Amino acid sequence: MKPFKNIMAGVVMGFAVSMTAVPAVAETPANVLVIANRIDDITTLDPAESFEFAGSDVSRNVYSKLVNFDPMNLDAGYGPDLAESWTVSDDGKTITFTMREGVKFASGNPVRAEDAAWSLQRAVILNKTPSFILTQFGFTPENVKDMIRADGNTVIITTDKRYATSFVLNCLTATIGGILDKEVVMQHEADGDMGNAWLKTNSAGSGAYVVTSWKPNESVSLTANPNWYGGTPAMERVIVRHVQESATQRLLLERGDIDVARNLNPSDIAGITGVDGIAVDNELRGRLMYTSVNQKHPVLSKPEVRQAIKYLIDYEGMQNSFLKGQYVTHQNFLPATYLGAVDENPFSLNVEKAKELLASAGVENLEIEAGVREAQERLEIAQSLQNTFAQAGIKLNLTVGTGKQILARYRSRDLDMYIGAWGPDYPDPHTNAGTFAYNPDNSDEAQATGLLAWRNAWDTDGLTEKVAAAVVEGDRDKRAQMYQEIQAEFREKSPFAIMFQRIEQTGRRDNVQNLNLGGAITSVSYWPVTK
Amino acid sequence: MAIAENKTVGRRTPPPFLRGLITAAKTVGSVAITMLGLMFVTFLIGRVMPVDPVLAVVGERASKEIYQATYEAMGLDKPLLVQFAYYLWDVLHGDFGMSLLNARPVSEDIKRVFPATLELATLGTLIGVLLGVPLGVTAAVRRGTWIDQIARFVALIGYSMPIFWLGLIGLLIFYGILGWVGGPGRLGIFYEDLVPVRTGMILVDSAIDGNWSVFRNAFSHIILPASILGYYSMAYISRMTRSFMLEQLSAEYITTARVKGLPERTVIWRHAFGNIKVQLITVIALSYANLLEGAVLTETIFSWPGIGSYITTALLSADMAAVLGGTIVVGLIFVLINIFSDLLYKFFDPRAK
Repeated sequence: MKPFKNIMAGVVMGFAVSMTAVPAVAETPANVLVIANRIDDITTLDPAESFEFAGSDVSRNVYSKLVNFDPMNLDAGYGPDLAESWTVSDDGKTITFTMREGVKFASGNPVRAEDAAWSLQRAVILNKTPSFILTQFGFTPENVKDMIRADGNTVIITTDKRYATSFVLNCLTATIGGILDKEVVMQHEADGDMGNAWLKTNSAGSGAYVVTSWKPNESVSLTANPNWYGGTPAMERVIVRHVQESATQRLLLERGDIDVARNLNPSDIAGITGVDGIAVDNELRGRLMYTSVNQKHPVLSKPEVRQAIKYLIDYEGMQNSFLKGQYVTHQNFLPATYLGAVDENPFSLNVEKAKELLASAGVENLEIEAGVREAQERLEIAQSLQNTFAQAGIKLNLTVGTGKQILARYRSRDLDMYIGAWGPDYPDPHTNAGTFAYNPDNSDEAQATGLLAWRNAWDTDGLTEKVAAAVVEGDRDKRAQMYQEIQAEFREKSPFAIMFQRIEQTGRRDNVQNLNLGGAITSVSYWPVTK
Repeated sequence: MAIAENKTVGRRTPPPFLRGLITAAKTVGSVAITMLGLMFVTFLIGRVMPVDPVLAVVGERASKEIYQATYEAMGLDKPLLVQFAYYLWDVLHGDFGMSLLNARPVSEDIKRVFPATLELATLGTLIGVLLGVPLGVTAAVRRGTWIDQIARFVALIGYSMPIFWLGLIGLLIFYGILGWVGGPGRLGIFYEDLVPVRTGMILVDSAIDGNWSVFRNAFSHIILPASILGYYSMAYISRMTRSFMLEQLSAEYITTARVKGLPERTVIWRHAFGNIKVQLITVIALSYANLLEGAVLTETIFSWPGIGSYITTALLSADMAAVLGGTIVVGLIFVLINIFSDLLYKFFDPRAK
């Protein structure tokens, strides 16, 4: 058996040599931030089209906007960015922004009012999915050049009617409000696409960073923009690597090969808590977990049944077991920290009360189908609901599928019940009020698939008008009060049971400071980070 | 006899070059039909799946108008056969279409992800063959001894242990605790983009470029996932080798060889092993082809951007252009490996000539 011995010896030697030859990496360089994250949701980097979490993270660091949030003081709300100041006309319909002088794009081109107006016009003309954030102000591809225009050093935005100024400005802080370098983008225009194809994988902004490369499902690399008006960020390079598995992210963090791990599950968070050199951050995000019932269903549309369902959810049990640290009970459609948010959570698991409500509605032996995506936490929630519903005699049949499969049925009003999540699109209360409690046409023909109220065939019991009134209210305090009232009514009457608000737990090396993920209202900011 | 002679004349064997040509034409024909069938079935499955590709592009919050415009832009309003014909035409021109999700040509994506899988699968198979074949032969020759028991135990573990578990434990021990190997991914972050892409296989590219620090780093990253895949491959190959060898060793010609006083090494390696080569080729080719499909779980654990995780991600996101492109490449590889192993048969087995 000499050949076998020889081969074995060779292989063993090879292993030994290779393994001793590779020193382990102990620490990332002081001017580079390395992050592990799931970035397979990025489909484009064009701010007029980008609408996913990981894409928004890139966009926030690459594109400046007219107004923006200060990551070190998110509570202050929007403040000046490329626009130094603004004034509002007496009729409340026109906002005039004065541009900051001397700001340059990464290309070296000056940032002009013309670039800003063109970027917003472009987003409306391209009419991609997030365009509704702007078109809700009455802009159309036909009129947008009149409604948003540059005049010298000012950008003038005129809306079709009076809206709360805070509503308009909040919307401009969304990804779609990113200001592009018109000259650079138009150099790459193909077939009249206004540079859309090129911008999917490249950047042309004036923010703190520039996109160096995006390899789908692999990594995104950013380098500091030498022309950024805010100075040079401490992290000259930021590399976000796609790492799917929580356990793998944890290993990388413990070994010091990455600085930040963004998708650690509760057991890995518990595993790194208290480990030397590692810190854990908890940050409240905007995502809500909810369940809702279809109002086309003859039984589920009874008010008592809708109420009963809210008493058949074990909020506390879930929050303290499998959702521990990742979600906190929240029963209102505005995430905590939003204007008008309330923290009243009147419902708790009460099977007896639910039984009474069901009996008063004359409901017996109810069997319903609930659609849920095959994501672990959602499945666990669904199973908990299945269990507590059964205690009141409701049989819950779960249909599990991919996100796309379940959504397609939800959007076509085909599910009895949906268990899922909703994240706000822009940091204004209308983003959620306008979908949970607003449904001007409940007919099938309306096909308002973007509205959650429509998907559940709920006519909102008069809340639509109240939401429409709140969005035009100029007085900030009064506006907040209006949303609080809407939510109180919503909690009692709606077919939605809002259950939890997301907490993002991040593991980081403890030398990484000032990392702000953006709270409930925006995305991550890399420029204040130091090591 | 005269009749028989006439028959022979009537069926005169064509000259060798013509025979070669006919065989080649038959092979090409069968490959083409197989690929066409594969493409049609995959295409059909993609279209009847309850997944909405339009939703994948526009997102769940798109308005009805945006949805409709995208639906038409993707050609989904045309009859199924017309869609397939368009697709076929594009594929024949080397165009697998655009990935719905990242708006890049699928062919470019495949060029990026397939070499990663090829590199991993090749190294994994090499490890599997280099360890599995000698182990299987030894186990058969020393049947019932401790080495046979070990071989069987190793194979059993290989069959019964989930690969993701072994991958995670491997990472924990060799990367997390001992720090002997590089972590997940194909390269350390700071070694990326240092060598020009020629083949897409980093070990090969860095060797061509003479950049040995990149080579070493790439090797430290690939060795663990390759060893884990190699282990599974070894478990399969050693078990099959053992059983093939046992069959040969009990044959009469082996007894005859031994009676004739041939050295044991010659009896085993030349006579017995010589006769199982053809069967082994099938086993190894199958094992290699399996790894080339992309080991999805291993790729996920090790953040290895290969074709397995590419197709899986595409499938979950309803990116049918990417799924089709990936499936065609995997199918083609399967067919090519089959042809290659047929050629090897002819080389090793005189009866097949």
